Amino acid sequence: MSHKSMVTLDGNEAAAYVAHMTNEVIAIYPITPSSNMGEWADEWSSQGVKNLWGTVPDVIEMQSEAGAAGAIHGALQGGSLATTFTCSQGLMLMIPNMYKIAGELSPAVFHVSARALAMQGLSIFGDHSDIMACRATGYAMLGGASVQEAMDFALIAQAATLESRVPFLHFFDGFRTSHEVAKIERLPVETIRAMIDEKLVAACRERAINPDHPKLRGTSQNPDVYFQGRETVNSYYAATPGIVQGVMDRFAKLTGRQYRLFEYIGAPDAERVILLMGSGIGAVEETVEHLTARGEKVGLLKVRLFRPFDPSALIAALPASVKRIAVLDRTKEPGADGEPLYKDIVTALAQAAGDGRLASMPRVIGGRYGLGSKEFTPAMVKGVYDELTRDAPKNQFTVGIIDDVTNSSLVWDPDFKADAIQGVTACVFYGLGSDGTVSANKNSIKIIAEETPNYGQGYFEYDSKKAGAMTISHLRFGPRPISSTYLIGDDEASFVACHQPTFLTRYDMLDKARKGGVFLLNSATPADRIWDELPRKMQQTLIDKQLSFYVIDAYGIAGETGMGRRINTIMQTCFFAISGILPKDEAIACIKTAVKKTYGKKGQALLDRNYQAIDATLAGLHQVTIPAQASSAFDRPPVVPDDAPEFVRKVTATLLAGRGNQLPVSLMPADGTWPTGTTRFEKRKLALQLPKWDENLCTQCGKCPLVCPHAAIRAKVYPAGLMDQAPASFQHVTIKGKDFPEGYQVTYQVAPDDCTGCGLCVEVCPIRDRQDPNHKALNMVEAAETQADEEVNWEFFLTLPEYDRTKLDATKIKHAMMMQPLFEFSGSCVGCGETPYIKLATQLFGDRMLIANATGCSSIYGGNLPTTPYTTNPEGRGPSWNNSLFEDNAEFGLGLRLAVDKQTAQARELVARLASQIGEDLADGLLTADQSGETGIHEQRERVAALKVKLAGMDSAEARTLETLCEQLVKRSVWIIGGDGWAYDIGYGGVDHVLSTGRNVNLLILDTEVYSNTGGQNSKATPMGAVAKFAAGGKATFKKDLAMMAMAYENAYVAQVAFGAKDMQTVRAFIEAESYDGPSVIIAYSPCIAHGVDLSNNLRQQDLAVTSGHWPLFRYDPRRVERGENPLTIDCKPPSIPYRDFINTETRFSLLGKTHPDDAERFLALAQKHVQTRFTLYEQLAHLAVQKAPASE
Amino acid sequence: MNLTTNYLGLEIKNPLVPSASPLSKSLASARELEDNGAAAIIMYSLFEEAITAESESMVRFLHHQDIGFAETTEGFLPSYQDFENGLDRYLEQIRKLKESLDIPVIASLNGVTPSGWISHATKLAQAGADALELNAYYVAGDIGQSGAQVEQRYLDLLTELRSTVQIPINMKLSSAFSSVGHFVARLAGAGANGVALFNRFYQPDINIDSLRLQARIYPSTSAEALLAMRWIAILHGRIEGLSLGATGGVHTSEDAIKLLLAGADVVHLCNVLLHKGPAYISLILRGIEDWMEEQGFESVADFRGRVSALSVPNPAELERANYINVLDSYSVSSGVMT
Repeated sequence: MSHKSMVTLDGNEAAAYVAHMTNEVIAIYPITPSSNMGEWADEWSSQGVKNLWGTVPDVIEMQSEAGAAGAIHGALQGGSLATTFTCSQGLMLMIPNMYKIAGELSPAVFHVSARALAMQGLSIFGDHSDIMACRATGYAMLGGASVQEAMDFALIAQAATLESRVPFLHFFDGFRTSHEVAKIERLPVETIRAMIDEKLVAACRERAINPDHPKLRGTSQNPDVYFQGRETVNSYYAATPGIVQGVMDRFAKLTGRQYRLFEYIGAPDAERVILLMGSGIGAVEETVEHLTARGEKVGLLKVRLFRPFDPSALIAALPASVKRIAVLDRTKEPGADGEPLYKDIVTALAQAAGDGRLASMPRVIGGRYGLGSKEFTPAMVKGVYDELTRDAPKNQFTVGIIDDVTNSSLVWDPDFKADAIQGVTACVFYGLGSDGTVSANKNSIKIIAEETPNYGQGYFEYDSKKAGAMTISHLRFGPRPISSTYLIGDDEASFVACHQPTFLTRYDMLDKARKGGVFLLNSATPADRIWDELPRKMQQTLIDKQLSFYVIDAYGIAGETGMGRRINTIMQTCFFAISGILPKDEAIACIKTAVKKTYGKKGQALLDRNYQAIDATLAGLHQVTIPAQASSAFDRPPVVPDDAPEFVRKVTATLLAGRGNQLPVSLMPADGTWPTGTTRFEKRKLALQLPKWDENLCTQCGKCPLVCPHAAIRAKVYPAGLMDQAPASFQHVTIKGKDFPEGYQVTYQVAPDDCTGCGLCVEVCPIRDRQDPNHKALNMVEAAETQADEEVNWEFFLTLPEYDRTKLDATKIKHAMMMQPLFEFSGSCVGCGETPYIKLATQLFGDRMLIANATGCSSIYGGNLPTTPYTTNPEGRGPSWNNSLFEDNAEFGLGLRLAVDKQTAQARELVARLASQIGEDLADGLLTADQSGETGIHEQRERVAALKVKLAGMDSAEARTLETLCEQLVKRSVWIIGGDGWAYDIGYGGVDHVLSTGRNVNLLILDTEVYSNTGGQNSKATPMGAVAKFAAGGKATFKKDLAMMAMAYENAYVAQVAFGAKDMQTVRAFIEAESYDGPSVIIAYSPCIAHGVDLSNNLRQQDLAVTSGHWPLFRYDPRRVERGENPLTIDCKPPSIPYRDFINTETRFSLLGKTHPDDAERFLALAQKHVQTRFTLYEQLAHLAVQKAPASE
Repeated sequence: MNLTTNYLGLEIKNPLVPSASPLSKSLASARELEDNGAAAIIMYSLFEEAITAESESMVRFLHHQDIGFAETTEGFLPSYQDFENGLDRYLEQIRKLKESLDIPVIASLNGVTPSGWISHATKLAQAGADALELNAYYVAGDIGQSGAQVEQRYLDLLTELRSTVQIPINMKLSSAFSSVGHFVARLAGAGANGVALFNRFYQPDINIDSLRLQARIYPSTSAEALLAMRWIAILHGRIEGLSLGATGGVHTSEDAIKLLLAGADVVHLCNVLLHKGPAYISLILRGIEDWMEEQGFESVADFRGRVSALSVPNPAELERANYINVLDSYSVSSGVMT
């Protein structure tokens, strides 16, 4: 039923709405999937949205979740209503304060979009591992199952905490609920006001610490009283369930939605009952309806209030007829004999059975489901009910996976569908992340939900790649609220749309289509020829399922109507035109209204273009006549080549094909160890244009491989004789200069299937044809022209040998770029500003690199499955990589260094001790080796190889020990890599400490000046006046000068670099940093799509940053002091362009001019002054006279 | 002492008019200008290309920032959807300036094609602009284009604008015309109420490290004002009803006095106020007043144009100043025997 208070939003917005309305102080920190709650709160406050008490809540971003929790603790003690939003690792960081807040009986609600914890691997997806880790904190835990409940329970929790004084953790499932878009009823402000008791709010103020009425909290307590003190809270906890139920009852009177601590639905005489909490309830509820409609005695007990646990409410809610119970936990507690919810239920039932409140003890089994957002469907639920009928049902089972190792998993029938799918229109859309499919679908849900009586639900599957990411949108519409908390399954969708023709040969999209449904394809091929472009299997499915097939040339229409490459409105129009959800004319009118709402204020031209596109779409949409028989001779090609390693064929290929759910436990590495060098098997062919080399014009400067974010253009130098085997299209030319042997050939080769088409290599190319200035030594050409040839060329290029590293002078860019990158084809954004730095490090030091990587973009494109860009050289050496956490990366990397140093020291001790047996010369060589250069390292590796041979022939315990340690005699290069969120904020304490130790580690800080990975939140690296999430009103303070702080230690090598402004300086800084036997910090300017500038301008932006004074380039080398020189060298000229000219090119700055124009001008004036004074300061420091260290006498 | 001046038919309190600059973007700095003596204010320029580029970039980075990655589902910038386009914001700023200032507010349009944006002028007038400055930023890079064609382009723009709005129109010009005086006269004939001489353009520069072009602007110097001074001196009193504004390189009260002596009706200030702050205008004004007192002038009218072509004994000096200087540099004094 359509109602004026019905809204279409997601779970995060639903919860944040209540939180912002009912609090005064909000401390936030970004973490997926809860960041959006903080973003909403910040945005609302920056727009002046007021809370219940008519004041705008103060929203503050902290340096970590630990900081946020501390600030909340303080705000509560100061007498304010305070809240925060978090999950997962963030919630772990809040735990110490949660104990304190609960111990002091401070009312507060923490809103949590529950997420998995990092163990064998990190997962950003939903489960209850995080909240279950908080069981002992003393927080009450209240969880909803849907978007509506995220809003309702946020309010119920707020009201209940004020009354009970027990703080609440209000949770809902990450992604499944936090990111599901649904039509719900918005709680009116009057309802919220009616639920919040002003006397209880006043009581919070009275309890505050206040110098007018002094009191003391936070005492240290001795053995005499601590225990009794702990027991004082019992009565509060005992009262809480009753208070919550009372609040729920009041809420029901106001809204008509009645909730209970434990809610039973199903057969009144049920014998088999499932208990669970969270979004899985939706799938179970649908299954129960389906099964009870067929007379089965099954039921569901929804757990709402998990803490304080109320056994009597549980017993009261269970039907007396119950004989068997399955308790489902969305978490895992390794080593326990059951998961937490299960154990609580068993305990409650056993206690009740023991004291006679329960006539007999039902049989209770427990199982795990849905970890890390694993699908949980009615078919799986049915599998659980079936298990309960067995004589000996499994306990501690799993459902939803195939566990072929400990056989914990239940079997389920994937063809089982609940009745709930009847009467629901299900639609699936396959799009690219960048083509606007998701936003168009969100818009469609809004239109349908607001313009028709239908309920709507949208859920979106995203990619682990940033460039060329695929999205799958799952949309459902129907006359009843939709509780299907799982993806649209096979044979369910009445509408399947493919927004990108390249997906045709990659994914089985039509599996989702139901018989008689519709398939819509965006393709430039006209309707009368499209059939021949479909793989045979797809043709057969179209015939078998009797699908209607439509085709539209969306990119063609977008081009003709001035929409560029934006096809979202066009595809949305097709959806409405075909699907019949709304009458066509009405639907088109709605789309136009939505377009007007979106673009109306941005200018008539934009509006007109959209209108034209909509009209042209209707004319350009054609139905394809489906022949009686499949005719294509081709099908989907194999995902990886047949000669790929076994693991890649078995596991990686399955992940790449989107079938990872089918992988059994036995194929998973037990400790999270995965092979490297796997991105090369993921051929994504994203580029519409490829660079084409003009070997005769090229001066072989090496700048193109340096700037390539994806290592998709490479240089190699090799003997001319190897060209005998070269394909005809292979390009090569004699290398210039005297550094290489006479007649050697050089090739700059593109990897055509890995290039993303960003064009930075062409942009950087300094050489133009004098006759034709538009022609460079490298030019972008249409991919279709060269793709086939370049694929052959690339294959041949890979067979050419790598040039001897010991003969290359890495201080020259041309030489350095002849070194093999051991970081290639990452999933980073097109034009990424970070990856060239990592790639450079692997070229220079990759064969000896250990990498500690902070969580963030670099850990995602570095280590998000299915593949990793880190790879090996022909000898099998390459970077070895690990990600610990976000906050501890510096410490983690230091730990790697400590291990290396200790093992090296021990190896050296053993070499010295065993010198006579292994040979004095060899031992002496090993111990005195100069490993400052490539040659020295190469020779040391040869000595170690010789040592291994010697050791193999020795029979002693020490020899065996040395065998395990001897590789550490070769220099190791320890790199600590992360973004500004880590180094400036959450990990700064660790960075600071690691610098103070003086140990030999290299910190590479990829400074995008914003939390890029979590979606662009403000960090202490964000410049003044930039708009970011959590800083919607513009950053009001200067960027932290991390370099200056690091230099203050005087023992650290510090460099600030920007490869797009001065590449030589970057290379020099990397080499100096690595060679410095102490801590080194490289702060690397990294343009990011979050800056609101297309990254085809990456290099220009770096240059503007440097020339405007925003990013001065310098190096601070403590070794220079020993030579009597000033350690600081400034590597750029004074600011030469106005700061305005830099910031005008980036939306992150220019946006503020539109939202807060006066602030924008004020910040600009301050920033302009600041860059000048800072440059002057650096210059003065660089010119201070330094006294040479006195020579020892 | 009477400093009042007629400028574009508007009676203003003195001849100092800050030219188009970001100072008009903020109400606070605009008010500071007025409080310190500015007689009128020319708003920042509304750029045709900038309006288009801005709405394109906002659409791209606010509406289409999806990348399809699970942690950035809402894009990267705050979802501020309700932004207005540059024109609407400009109109709003005119209204606000008119509301809070007593001095005339002159809107500034910057464009080179006689396309739809001319219609913006009506909106500017409706929003309350007292006059309109047309800043036609055009560099004739096409060597096939004649000087006459370039001039015609300006005249066409002006004619169209004149037929669109009733408020006074000021033409801001560069010095790159072969016969500045003749062209200014034609503009007056086509309905211009005033001219501002001369616009300073950003000049492309070459970065010798990257071997690329780069745009940069160098702060103006007092020496640059001499170019305007010459032409104002030539034009003063020649074209009836046409206001002459001097712009570019005015940093001191001496600069301003010289331009007034040459015949300028108003003197525009920009760089000096950006660098020294809006309040600096009061010092320049004070300098003019002190000088007038010292010289015994009661009003600006007393000395305006005193050193113009109409008033100096040898007007050829204005036209051949350098040449004469060059001659002077090698001809010996007639009293010396060679």
